[in-house]
Amino acid sequence: MLNRTVENVARATPEPLARKVRGISDKGLAWLFISPTILLLLAINIFPLFWAIYLSFTNYRANRPNEVVKNLGFANYQRILGDQDIWIAMQTTAHFVFWTILLQTLIGFTLAWLIDRKFRGHAFWTTLILVPMMLSPAVVGNFWRFLYEPQIGLFSYVISFVSGIPPTSIQMLSNVSLAPWSIIIVDTWMWTPYVMLICLAGLRSIPEYIYEAAEVDRASNWRQFWSITLPMALPFIMLAVLFRGIENFKMFDMVNLLTGGGPGSTTEVASITLKRQAFESWRTGYSSAFAIILFVAVFGLANIYVKALNKVKQR
Amino acid sequence: MKSSLKLALGLASAIAASTAVSNAAHAEDLTLCWAAWDPANALVELSKDFTKETGIGMKFEFVPWTNYADRFLNELNSHGKLCDLIIGDSQWIGGAAENGHYVKLNDFFDKEKISMDDFVPATVVGYSEWPKNTPNYWALPAMGDVVGWTYRKDWFSKPELQKEFKEKYGWDLGPPATFDQLKQIAEFFQKRQIDGKTVYGASIYTERGSEGITMGAMDVLYSYGFQYENPKKPYEMEGFVNSADSVKGLEFYKALYDCCTPPGASNSYMGEGVDAFKSGQVAMHMNFAFTWPGLQKDENVGGDKIGYFVNPKGPGGAQFAQLGGQGISVVSYSDKQESALKYIKWFANKDVQAKWWSLGGYSCLNSVVKDPKFPSSQPYAQAFLDSMAIVKDFWAEPSYAPLLQASQKRFHDYVVAGQGSAKDALDGLVKDWTQVFQDDGKM
Repeated sequence: MLNRTVENVARATPEPLARKVRGISDKGLAWLFISPTILLLLAINIFPLFWAIYLSFTNYRANRPNEVVKNLGFANYQRILGDQDIWIAMQTTAHFVFWTILLQTLIGFTLAWLIDRKFRGHAFWTTLILVPMMLSPAVVGNFWRFLYEPQIGLFSYVISFVSGIPPTSIQMLSNVSLAPWSIIIVDTWMWTPYVMLICLAGLRSIPEYIYEAAEVDRASNWRQFWSITLPMALPFIMLAVLFRGIENFKMFDMVNLLTGGGPGSTTEVASITLKRQAFESWRTGYSSAFAIILFVAVFGLANIYVKALNKVKQR
Repeated sequence: MKSSLKLALGLASAIAASTAVSNAAHAEDLTLCWAAWDPANALVELSKDFTKETGIGMKFEFVPWTNYADRFLNELNSHGKLCDLIIGDSQWIGGAAENGHYVKLNDFFDKEKISMDDFVPATVVGYSEWPKNTPNYWALPAMGDVVGWTYRKDWFSKPELQKEFKEKYGWDLGPPATFDQLKQIAEFFQKRQIDGKTVYGASIYTERGSEGITMGAMDVLYSYGFQYENPKKPYEMEGFVNSADSVKGLEFYKALYDCCTPPGASNSYMGEGVDAFKSGQVAMHMNFAFTWPGLQKDENVGGDKIGYFVNPKGPGGAQFAQLGGQGISVVSYSDKQESALKYIKWFANKDVQAKWWSLGGYSCLNSVVKDPKFPSSQPYAQAFLDSMAIVKDFWAEPSYAPLLQASQKRFHDYVVAGQGSAKDALDGLVKDWTQVFQDDGKM
């Protein structure tokens, strides 16, 4: 059937065109097929990157297209690296990335380990746990904002019920100390299932015979966990950490929806600062330089991490 | 076969012809861009008269306040043709004039005998002129607005509360004349049980993302003695922005936030303020006057239960209020400038302005607001008039956005997050603003 279709198409191809196609090598044909994708990638990924690099050395402002664009050399980069507010935003980002990854990895791996026990109804619980991950961040952000409301929020009510503190005193989004944790809690709630899924894949990839051999050697459950489960699942855990690390480094939606960077600047992560500089203050050149610095930082850290990951895999 | 082909061709031609006719009919439709809020609905109603008179249809592009600046500044910066007319924020005027986004209206005003002397002077300076205080007009004052206060008249008039208040503070509970009095009232109501419900002192602006906390803090700072620059030397800010009086003003705003706002009100602006007042949470409510017609009509808190007062005086007796509102401009990238100018001419008409006020818009035309019947035309009319007489506005420089960003950050860091002192915040603000003006080559 397929052969006949191919023959029909070949027969229907006009002779001059067929002659031309016959002259194309396999490599040429391959290039012909992938060139639209490559062109698209160049247009929407590579060109903007190089354009941003160019703009980062200028005083260009997108809201003043008629102004003369001056070359500033490395002045934008110098200003960013000497700007205390930028360093505070970077610290806030690092704090956020560290705690979300730590909590998501610990809880995610524990959940995966429990689900892997294959108890009765484990498929139902797996589906239920995955629900937060499937929701839109916009929905999650707005929904948690209501939960955190000091006067009507369920979260405040539950904490008040357990601790006896009046709910109006539990101001998760307004309190300087609690606001960063309010975002960490939501991100952990939403993305722990993702880490759990990757860890579960790792745990399920461990061959059963290794545990059987350990049983024969009378290794305790604890010993089996430390010597078999954890080392063999480690590359998967590290992969989950890499994905979540990159994602959370550029976290924007949840922070924007929950606190908008406040109170004050206590939850202002790097991406919020970048958005404010680029689209509210319209410092296009300056924000391009900041974006390049962030890109290099994430790219560099991810590279170091991938090398470490490869080493673990080779062990 | 032939007849069905003919039928198909006939149908196609008919559809094509009707589309062409309909396109021709709508070719001159104007699109007016503004924020999505109550006055915009009033303008839609009002504009029906324009269509009736001229045959020119009106389309509207309304964007919520939170995205209003982003959306329309992007549109103007990209030389978009979406808006033929735009009611842009007062602070945009400098940038819009210098970057050529708005059509200069001087010649048109001269030709059509539209005189800026016919409008409230503060609105002409605030919404139309760039450079300020020069006769260069880029907009027609469209919607007067100013920050003022509403209060729960029904709570204030409860005899038991009046008695208790008098005993405690030594003066009669009523609309405050000074900021100290305002704070005393707010403290008095904070966490008080009224009709079985816990209520709070005041709702004030604390929003971080756009312009909220700056509008609120400035509303207080002006009356404490804050000045943007040395009146004799432009852009000299040291000792004016961060004067001892300004520091006291900012300390007051923080004290008011700490003592007397509802729990969790750390990111509150126009909408949140209205919600707090409408839900009976607060005794007083700081907001732009455009919210007043809606509150007046509210079944739960409007009517006889609501009162209005002008921004109180500072410790030295000075009294100012933060200007809001906007002017209407013709977008220079529009292909329908002639029709857009017709709309401006129509909108400047005395009768149209009177109807604008009656529908819920705030007219800036002297003949409307100076009409002897005006103060009694609405319960809030007198407070609006008095407030408009004492307005001051934020920078309207082309770089207003980074200037605003800086004040948002400095004020929120101090007032809401409690970081540093008021002096630190204002010193930091001078530093940030100086940097912006240096980047612009103005210092």
